[in-house]
Amino acid sequence: MKSIAHALLALLAMTCAHAGPVNAPASIYNLQVSLTDQAGVAHDLDLYRGHPVLITMFYGSCSMTCPLLIDTLRAVDRSVPAQQRKDLRVLMITIDPEHDTPQALQTLAQERRIDTSRWTLANTDEKSVRKLAALLDIQYRPLPNGGYNHSSIVTLLSQDGEILVRSSVLGKADAALIAGLQQTSPILTGNRHPD
Amino acid sequence: MRAPLLASILWLFTAASALTNALADAADPQVTIPPGTFESVLPPAPGIKQVDVAPFRMDRTPVTNAQFARFVAKHPEWQRDRVARVFADAEYLGHWKSATSVDPQQADRPVVRVSWFAASAYCEARGARLPTWYEWEYVAAASTIRPDARDDDAWRQKILTWYSKSGRGELPLVGQTPANFYGVRDLHGVVWEWVDDLGSMLVAGDNRQQNEPDALRYCGPGALTMEQKENYATLMRIAMLSSMQARYTSATMGFRCITDSGDSR
Repeated sequence: MKSIAHALLALLAMTCAHAGPVNAPASIYNLQVSLTDQAGVAHDLDLYRGHPVLITMFYGSCSMTCPLLIDTLRAVDRSVPAQQRKDLRVLMITIDPEHDTPQALQTLAQERRIDTSRWTLANTDEKSVRKLAALLDIQYRPLPNGGYNHSSIVTLLSQDGEILVRSSVLGKADAALIAGLQQTSPILTGNRHPD
Repeated sequence: MRAPLLASILWLFTAASALTNALADAADPQVTIPPGTFESVLPPAPGIKQVDVAPFRMDRTPVTNAQFARFVAKHPEWQRDRVARVFADAEYLGHWKSATSVDPQQADRPVVRVSWFAASAYCEARGARLPTWYEWEYVAAASTIRPDARDDDAWRQKILTWYSKSGRGELPLVGQTPANFYGVRDLHGVVWEWVDDLGSMLVAGDNRQQNEPDALRYCGPGALTMEQKENYATLMRIAMLSSMQARYTSATMGFRCITDSGDSR
């Protein structure tokens, strides 16, 4: 009797230990980050696990490169076939959580007519911003009079959060991103998708 | 007749002050760094030179192998055979005897071959963090007698001499160099040290950007220019840091932690 109970307990323990998804060693989803989206909803970094994701960092009050960054993401989004576009997700994380509150992100999403069914604007805490930027090789620096100096890099993640392509092309769809997206085509990996 | 007496008194004095240092180091592993303003070799923005530094508490010495071994024992996800490859390269803690143990001979030498992610995690587990570049540079500007000795040719020369010797043979034990004005040791001449805002060193001429001279990459006034070119030792450090990605490790890159001072104004 006792040994059965022990075996059951052991089994239970094993099941619990494997409850979450197991990350590939090179997956950025290994990073524990709490995101809050434009609707104020909390997420983990892997909110789009199972989908190819274009991920980048920006700040909302930036009047120069950041509008261009959204245009660039849109250009990539539009240059893939409709079937693939349905599967693609976009995640923009602010480097300025103090000013880019969920409300501010919501306003930005509305102003720029962002499709929040496939795109997410999110903020996180300052420590996580540093770690995310380090993972994505994005350099940024607060300026003394407000605002930031930052590099604009769009990264394509696999369904498991592995970095496939890094692009610093702005203003048009980078062919390298499009090519990378072909490799994540749902035809090749379709049965792994929950939806 | 009086010379030996004087020498003995002097010796006693030196011995006593060394003892006091050792006792102070043991009593409190951190020292309080007062707030201040200084001119960094990396000006915050074109036309702005002054950098304000808020008070904080800094480790007197770099983190040792023994201290880091205690950390990985408690946090197995940072052991070299378990760490996620996104957080550390293949050389991570490669000099250790095993995933959790260090040679006794290595125990009190600064831990190296740690990535920025691992160093950050160590500090966070202590309720601390890595110093920012400005915090590090501010404290490292001090000689043993002045808070900012960067215009002292002799002091600068001494640091350069240290750097020319480093990288050969075994790393020294921590705490062997003289305490600086604030009581901090080993900022020069022992190891390179990670900084919290590693990704903020948008230095012009950074190797990683040389193939992409696209001004649009930067949202804002673009890359920084470095000042005080005579400050080679500091510039070397910046060059070293800006060549590192956060998952990289190196046989000469270690770290220390700081905590934010409670009495911030």
